[in-house]
Amino acid sequence: MKANAIEMIGITKIFPGVVANDKVDFSVAEGEIHALLGENGAGKSTLMSVLFGLYDPDAGSIQVRGVPVRIKSPNDATALGIGMVHQHFKLVRNFTVAENIILGMEPRTAWGDVDLAGAEKRVAELSTRYGLSVDPHAKIENITVGMQQRVEILKILYRDAEILIFDEPTAVLTPQEIDELMEILERLRDEGKTIVLITHKLKEIKQVASRCTVLRRGKLVGVVDVASASEAEMAEMMVGRSVVFRIEKAPHTAGGVVLRVENLTVLGPKGVPAVRDLSLEVRAGEVVGVAGVDGNGQSELVGALAGLLPVKSGRILLKGRDIASLSIRERIKAGMGLVPEDRHIHGLVLDFDLDENLVLKSFRDAPYSGLGGFLDFRAISKHAADLIGQFDIRAGAGPSTPAKSMSGGNQQKAVIARELDLSPDLLVVSQPTRGLDVGAIEYIHRRIIEERDKGRAVLLVSFELDEILNLCDRIAAISKGTIVGVLDAKDADERRIGAMMAGMRMDQTQSGTAADTKGGVHAL
Amino acid sequence: MRSKREAGFQDRILDLFTSSDALVSVVVVLLGFAVGTVLLIMVGRNPGDMYSAITQVLSGYDLRSGVWNARYIGEWLVMSTPLILCGLSMAFAARTGLFNIGAEGQYIVGLTVAQFVALYGPQVAGLHWMLAVVLGMMAGAFWGGIVGALKAKYSVSEVVATIMLNYVAYFASRFLTQLIPGANTYRTPSFSQTARLESPFLMALTNGSRVNYGFYLAIVSVIVFWVIIEKTRLGFSLRATGLNKDAARFSGINVTGSIGGAMAISGAFAGLAGAIVALGSFSYGRVLGGYDNYGFNGIAVALVGNSTAGGTGIAGLLFGMLNSAQPLMQSRQIPKEITAIISGLVVVFISLRGGVRMLLEWRMKELARKGRVTE
Amino acid sequence: MNDFLRMIPSILMIVSPILIAAVGGMICERAGVVNIALEGLMGIGAFTAATTHVLLEPSLPFSIVVALLFATVAGMIFSLIHAFASITLKADQVVSGTGINLLSIGISVFLCQIMFKQERTEPFRLGMMPGPLGIYPTAWIALAVLLLSWYFLYRRPVGLHLRSCGEHPQAAASAGIDVKRLRYIAVLISGALAGLAGACLVLTQTIQYTVFTINGAGFIALAAVSFGRWLPKGILGSSLLFGSSVALAIYMVNIPSLRFLPSEFFSVLPYIITLATLVIFSGKDYAPRAAGQAFDKGRS
Repeated sequence: MKANAIEMIGITKIFPGVVANDKVDFSVAEGEIHALLGENGAGKSTLMSVLFGLYDPDAGSIQVRGVPVRIKSPNDATALGIGMVHQHFKLVRNFTVAENIILGMEPRTAWGDVDLAGAEKRVAELSTRYGLSVDPHAKIENITVGMQQRVEILKILYRDAEILIFDEPTAVLTPQEIDELMEILERLRDEGKTIVLITHKLKEIKQVASRCTVLRRGKLVGVVDVASASEAEMAEMMVGRSVVFRIEKAPHTAGGVVLRVENLTVLGPKGVPAVRDLSLEVRAGEVVGVAGVDGNGQSELVGALAGLLPVKSGRILLKGRDIASLSIRERIKAGMGLVPEDRHIHGLVLDFDLDENLVLKSFRDAPYSGLGGFLDFRAISKHAADLIGQFDIRAGAGPSTPAKSMSGGNQQKAVIARELDLSPDLLVVSQPTRGLDVGAIEYIHRRIIEERDKGRAVLLVSFELDEILNLCDRIAAISKGTIVGVLDAKDADERRIGAMMAGMRMDQTQSGTAADTKGGVHAL
Repeated sequence: MRSKREAGFQDRILDLFTSSDALVSVVVVLLGFAVGTVLLIMVGRNPGDMYSAITQVLSGYDLRSGVWNARYIGEWLVMSTPLILCGLSMAFAARTGLFNIGAEGQYIVGLTVAQFVALYGPQVAGLHWMLAVVLGMMAGAFWGGIVGALKAKYSVSEVVATIMLNYVAYFASRFLTQLIPGANTYRTPSFSQTARLESPFLMALTNGSRVNYGFYLAIVSVIVFWVIIEKTRLGFSLRATGLNKDAARFSGINVTGSIGGAMAISGAFAGLAGAIVALGSFSYGRVLGGYDNYGFNGIAVALVGNSTAGGTGIAGLLFGMLNSAQPLMQSRQIPKEITAIISGLVVVFISLRGGVRMLLEWRMKELARKGRVTE
Repeated sequence: MNDFLRMIPSILMIVSPILIAAVGGMICERAGVVNIALEGLMGIGAFTAATTHVLLEPSLPFSIVVALLFATVAGMIFSLIHAFASITLKADQVVSGTGINLLSIGISVFLCQIMFKQERTEPFRLGMMPGPLGIYPTAWIALAVLLLSWYFLYRRPVGLHLRSCGEHPQAAASAGIDVKRLRYIAVLISGALAGLAGACLVLTQTIQYTVFTINGAGFIALAAVSFGRWLPKGILGSSLLFGSSVALAIYMVNIPSLRFLPSEFFSVLPYIITLATLVIFSGKDYAPRAAGQAFDKGRS
């Protein structure tokens, strides 16, 4: 019986506050393409980082080709023939393709100079052998993302990697480049390589993988044979049924449209549209959720609504007024409240005190600001005291507590308090309970429902499906920058939404079976 | 594996270092003096002479002869005034997250304009010098504002831009000042008395030193700095921008405008310093033959003062004390450059402060990674 | 035109120290460490060279060579402070560089006072003598330094590694390169070259070291690196341009056709040009991408 290429047994990895991997077993046979499936935060990247030597596991053992090993650094992993193609490429932008591939292992001439000609020959050899077409002379900054990825692959093949780990490789690719990559993976396998594919995209798993290990919240859910499992089944394993708690909420009566997004296109960091032709509506007195896996355009959507990112095309209508060209301050005045997904980057100035943070958006107006531009600190402090009482914010020193000494939950409460204090017509909340404990989560969820009952329009963007199902009256699934479908809460369940999040169109989820489109045009 | 007690002690030192900035400044200055003392001993000089010179400058009391002369105190304050102001200049920019090392150039511009107004302005008592001072400040603000605009519009690094503009200011000043009729290669005709900042009261108080109204202006500036930064909307926006540009922008604060405004105000402080030196310490315009170096030394002042109003004031007095003690040190066989060495060491040590903090954060992350969970 | 040709040896004399220092600056920044202490390091080099030469001149015929050597070593040792602060202790590189500039003036004049009882070195009798065509040996030294730097940066593996440290240190680290070690080497080389540059300057252009000896040459070298886009070819051009400008400021009294311009015009030209290029090329960023950032292994 041939030993498995990789055998990871009982791997546990703990970070402060979170168990990233909880006694996970993971085995990959020689010469197979094995998918590692899970939602954001399921622990897939952590597990592979352990394998690649970036992290030390807190418990568990690893065997490579039947031999127990200790992998303490990427160099150890490389020596064992393990190579990783990272999600964020590690390429030097103004070096050529060839220079990037040989960096650190350069072929030398007799004089000891870099043998660039020899390098380019070797690159061409590898390139032809594995069908990875690259231009050795081109500079990284001038080539497509698809080619950059092939350079990353060639880097590890140049170092004679036999086991190749791909971390979310299709996250940054166009549909055509994705097809090309799938072909490359199959060709590599045919050449005898073993491949681990970390992904949350079911379609791709179905296309190339033979087996699939599913993780959820750090634990192993199971290993399936891809050919005989349906996309819907895999979606269910990935998303699961665990619900933290349900909120009692009265049926809502929606009012007029407060937010209408029309055909919005927003460019992402690489100049490729991250939000494509997206349309959405939120009415007063309802909570609309945007459900999706991280990286499908949610951050850019919220950024465009906030005014941090420019709108390439399309309209954003707040109470009938197009705000796409308004400054951030003007949007705040127009009635938009926004709880950002990262409270430490956009939400709070950590070195400020609580009361200063609470007036970050309103310090210019009375009563916080008076004659001659002087701030009225007593008013600011009193305002903070009010909000502390209203929102039950735990702050050790009251209004003058430094924001950085507050717990995550209370920091988030402070951000929410600040937004709600301005009585916005539209409240956008993005990942509101990320990193928070159960008590804080419960409080924030209750608060969101309260606001909705008061007649506010709420747009909730979240990667947590439980949260979406719990709070929303209508649920829009986002995939690859556009809305795949919108369901009423009563028609929605985890399976359908999970499938939509993973890229299937709404009509394909209704009957419970997935349409298999190998190599064909993607649904969206 | 280090013993637990050792690790705890080291942690506590690091904690201390990162929590109290004032403490760090004090420690760094003491370290600078310590190294300076050792250096003096190594070259066979008596460090006591350096300290007695410093004491004399601070108190006017000559330890060797038992004579008390207030003139030394006055000269100390004269020296401190431009240092405090140039320190405020860099400090103001630093609070907004900018590294303005162009105080030297902004100082020169203020000085040059003040000299022009002194020679050509209306010779009305009171009005004359006030006009000169105000225009000097505005010139400094303009010079700083250029950098702010370049940074906001073209993302030009303020570090490089300010260094370049320092030199441009120096040569422009030389050129323009020499154009004045009656000017030779090192001075212009004398100012009228109405343009000078002389204060008979202060001069009498300090036995004939050059202390002038400029000292009052420096005190006022420290207060104004504090008020603007701590008490106004503008200061609030600037501080927010300096501490977290992203959150400031998210809250609707105009970040690019803040940068421009901050550089202008920063330049105004330095311009004021130049005007005060021009009109307070000299009775004629100078064609600069070298750099007065208040701008460059202002960097050290702001760093030691941790960019706060009070801290910068005290640090300015400290460095003023060092610089004004130089002639006394020379006369006691102590090379006056010891003060430059101490200043340089202080700046280098302070540059480590940020590094120490980063080191501490990195250590905490490492510990967390290796499984030692601390909340 | 003839006037100009006759001035070439003088221009080269002024360009050489700038070019040598600029090569040092280029190497340092290409590795990812900002070094604005070139001015101070040149001062240390000039002081060391002047002192060594004036002390050894009576007894040693090749005291100039020894002076150059000592100055190079002195610059390297002094730059160790900056390397240790910026790389190991992850200090703010601009602040630490500023501190070194302050320190260098302080220490050099301090030692002058101790050794020579005045704020300058004793003047030496004979500096470096010009060679054939009236061109000083420093010009050839500068050319050699430039060519060597080009060779090592672009032909040797170590050059490829060094350049990757300045662009994407995480990529370099994942390729097995010791980023910290290479950065240390780069800073020390820049210190050595700046020391050498200061020595060349003092031995060709003047007879002793004073606070005015360097007078901004280090900052002009920095500007030359930036204007030359951190490339050997580029800094050759920019050093020639800026050096000529400085030379013209000094020698323009000899050129009737240019006498209508004030000397300050030429003095200020390098700085105005640098500013202008920063603005004009503000869209593109030619600086090494990771310059100025401390290398943090943890970041992805």
